[in-house]
This record gives sequence, C-alpha cells and structure tokens, in this order.
Amino acid sequence: MKSDMKGRGRNKLERTDRLVRLSLLVVAFSAVSTLAVITIFMFEQGAPIMFKYGLRSFLAGSDWYPTEKIFGLWPMIVGSLYVTLGAMVIGVPFGLACAVVLTEFSSRPVRRVIKPVIELLAGIPSVVYGFIGVVILVPFIRENLGGPGLSVLAASIILGIMILPTIISISVDSIQAIPLSYREGSVALGATKWQTVKMVLLPAARSGIIASVILGMGRAIGETMAVIMIAGNAASVPRSVLDPVRTLTSNIALEMGYASGEHRQALFATGVILFIIIMILNTVANVTSSRMKGSKG
Amino acid sequence: MRVDPRVEQRVVGALLWSMTVVTVAVLVFIIAFVLKKGLPAVDWGFLVENPVDMGKGGGIFSTIIGTIVLTAGAILVATPLGVGTAIFLTEYTWEGPVTRIIRFGAECLAGIPSIIFGLFGFILFVTKLKFGWSILSGSLTLAFMILPTIIRTSEEAIKSVPPGFRTVSFSLGSTKWQMVTRVVLPSALPGIVTGIVLSVGRSIGETAAVIFTAGSALRIPASLFSSSRTMSVHFYILAREGISMTNAYGTAAVLIVAILGINILTYYLMHRFIRKYS
Repeated sequence: MKSDMKGRGRNKLERTDRLVRLSLLVVAFSAVSTLAVITIFMFEQGAPIMFKYGLRSFLAGSDWYPTEKIFGLWPMIVGSLYVTLGAMVIGVPFGLACAVVLTEFSSRPVRRVIKPVIELLAGIPSVVYGFIGVVILVPFIRENLGGPGLSVLAASIILGIMILPTIISISVDSIQAIPLSYREGSVALGATKWQTVKMVLLPAARSGIIASVILGMGRAIGETMAVIMIAGNAASVPRSVLDPVRTLTSNIALEMGYASGEHRQALFATGVILFIIIMILNTVANVTSSRMKGSKG
Repeated sequence: MRVDPRVEQRVVGALLWSMTVVTVAVLVFIIAFVLKKGLPAVDWGFLVENPVDMGKGGGIFSTIIGTIVLTAGAILVATPLGVGTAIFLTEYTWEGPVTRIIRFGAECLAGIPSIIFGLFGFILFVTKLKFGWSILSGSLTLAFMILPTIIRTSEEAIKSVPPGFRTVSFSLGSTKWQMVTRVVLPSALPGIVTGIVLSVGRSIGETAAVIFTAGSALRIPASLFSSSRTMSVHFYILAREGISMTNAYGTAAVLIVAILGINILTYYLMHRFIRKYS
C-alpha cells in the first residue's frame, strides 16, 4: 500500500517534469518569435508604400519632402554609410590597439584597472554621448575647422567612441582564446612581442576580430539619439565631412512624433531598410564567429 | 631599409600604449565632465521634487519614479522568459537544429537597434493592442530588448555549474525539475543576477525605444496605462530643446551615478561568482 502511494507520487513528479519541459520549450521560443513578429510588423507597415511609389525612387530618390509625398531615402542611406565608415576609421584602430595592449602588452595589475574602466564605456547612455558631442565637440569643430559643427565628422567621432567596447571586448576574447603554445612557438623562434602579435596572433584571431568589427558597424548604423543630437539632420547628401547629415535612424526618430498616414508608412519603410542592413550584418558576424569556434573545436 | 625588430617593438609598443591611454582618458574625461558640471545642481530637493514648468525648474522626482517603474516592469517580464530559455537550452535539450534556431534568434534580437524596437512597440503595444503611450507598452518593449542579454548571461551561469552537482542530485533520486530548482538554479543564481543587473543598466540608459512607447508625460504615473517619462528621455528633451542646461547637467549626473553604481555592482557580483567556481 505504502509503496503504491510512493509510486503514484513518483508518477505525479514525472508528469510535472514533462509539463515543465513543454512549457520551457514554449518559453525558449520567445526570442525567436519576438524576432519573427518584429520582422512581420516592419514589413507589413513599411513595404506597401515602397512598392506603391516604386522601389527605385524610394531608394535612389534624393529628395525627402514627406508632406508633399516625395519620399527619397538616398541622402539618409548615404548619411548612415558615411557616419558608419567614419566611426570605423576611428573606432577600429583604437579598439584593436586596446585589445592588443590588454592581452599582450600589459601586466595583470594594469589589465585589472584598464579593462573594467573600458567596460564602463558600454554603460554610458547614448544620450550622454550625444550631449558631450553637443557641448564640447561641435563647438570645437565649428571654431577650428569651420562649418556648422553639427557634421559627419562630429557624428563619426562620437560613434567611433561608442563602438569601442564592442570591438575591444570581442577582440580581447578571440585573442585570449589562442592557445599559449602559439605564442611560445613564435617567441622560441626569436620573434619580438610585436612580431608575434603581427604574424601569429592577429591572423589566428582574424575571424573573431572581423566579427567584432561587423558588430561594431551594426551598433554604429543603429545608433539613434547620439546621432540626432550632433549630426545636424539636414536631409541632403553631405559634400564634405563638415556638412550636416541625416541618418536612417534619425530620420525615423525625428519625424515619428508627428507623422501620420503615408508619411508614417514611409518612416516604417526607412525602418525596413535599416532592418535589412542590420540583419545582413548580424548574419555575416554570426557566420564568421561560428567559423572561429568551429576551427578551434 | 629593414627596421630592427627591437626598435619596431619599442615604437609600436609606445604607439599602442598611447592609443590605449587616449581611450581611457576620453572615458574618464566624459564621466568627470558630466559629474563636475552636474553634481552642483543635484541636492536633496532636486531628487524629491517634481519638475516645474516643463523641467525649467524643480527637480526630477517623477522621472526617477518613471525610470524605476518602467525598468522593474521590463525585468519582471524578461527574467522568467530569459531564465526559462536558458534552462531549456542547457538542461532540457541537446545541441541541434532547435537550439541553433533559438540561439540565432537571440543573437539577432541582440543586434536590432533600439529605434526598431521603438517602432515595433509603437505599432504593436501602443496602437494595435491599444495600450497607448504607457508604462505597460514601454516595459514590454524594453523587456524584449533586454531578453537576449538575460538569456546569454543565464546560460553562461548555468553552464558553469559543475556537472557533478547534477549527477549527485540524480543519484539521490530527484527528477530533472527538482534538480534544476534545488541544485542548478541556486548555484547559478549570482551569475543570473549579474545578467539582470546588467539589463537594469541598459534599461535606465535607453531613450529611443522608450520615447515612442512610454511617451513623455511629466506626471507621476498613476497606473500601468499612464504615460511616463524616464530620466534619459527627460535629459534628452531638456538638452535638445534647450529648456534648462543646469537641470540637464543635473539629470545627466544622476543618470551617470546610477549607471556607474550598477556597473560596479555587476563587476563585484561577477567576480564573486567566478571565484566561486574556479
């Protein structure tokens, strides 16, 4: 009788276990389903208007007068590209330098101080970066280099600083993942530390470093608030680095507050283009970094 | 001409070091600048008084409340989903197509810019589900934004619990769920908490996703359906519309102090956790 009771209790526990497994399976798909829902909504809201006015005029049209139903996104696409490239030019060399110094050129106590300080960079809200840009960088550019100050250059510098944590942390991880024997082998052959870094470590960590740069690019393209504050937001193709510029993200954020009807749909279409760019970058980064894991495993 | 490798080592070493020093200096400068300009504006009154005249005068009390409520809501929604996903990935399945899809989804979600989350939240929660600009819409949007962080950190934390713990639990006759709730989760708790605290930091600093879902009303929110303004949004509006630079600096200083505090707490928790298992 008693053992029967126990058996039933056991059965109940096992039933709970199956139930738990099922509900966890449902929960586990929350991230994937969110992604799916976001994709569906973006395309549902943004795609029709793109086809209504023609994909070509939408992507290549250089005039943006939403109130007169002229929707050309070319200046914003170019703008996003410019500030992202600018951010790369500034962020990648400094990021890689920090990663090499942190992994190979510094002692443990020094690393213990620098690494958390750099990680703090990631926590500063983007509005604060934008604000620093407005009160320090923009006046500096206006007074010393000319132009309105609110410019491609200002946005590139601030974005370059903002992507540093992404580039540094992923590069550091991939350089640290290289087996110690690589370094020992190189040093045993008489190489200096820098020669080891240049000829052994950087090539070995290549895919991780590439992934870090691509993810940094994704962050730069997707950044909104900081860019709105410092880029000047003129919807025309900039002719120099001192000209103001409007990115895809700022186009959405600037006008979303009051847009309605086709204007709002056009902003969602802007979001669709941004979304496609980001998904391509994510997939490329994902493939490169999984290749890195594959070659190590 | 061939450069002596030892000279090259010296030169490159100096160059790389100076670039690192510049990076660290820029960061320290940003934080020091904001604190130096902002902290004088912050006193007890600034923290406990409501904004007056669109933020020109008064303090930031209602925006502090807005930030706390919105963040708490996001954490309450995202934690069960994120930790549940992590438990499923580590304990209840094996590596295969299903886990690959789930991980890919989480990684993609992590890369999506906050403005897209803002648009998504606006369409789904604010207009389609008719929650309006509200705490509820803002919290749900933020929850999906921080979900990938919670999944990743929880997964790492659960993975680092030694396999022996599980074997012992099974050998004592426990079911899988008993093993998870009584052995694995308590051991992984500090790691999971680290992820949550990290997400709190991200939620506090977020602006683009919040402004289109929670709105920017300056009142203290009365219910889940009332609009609310967070500190980041308040700071953005003060600075961009030039309402009051003094109050903008003050708000920024409070934001920075809150986020620095949270980051230091994260760092401390993480180190304790790492020490425990190594």
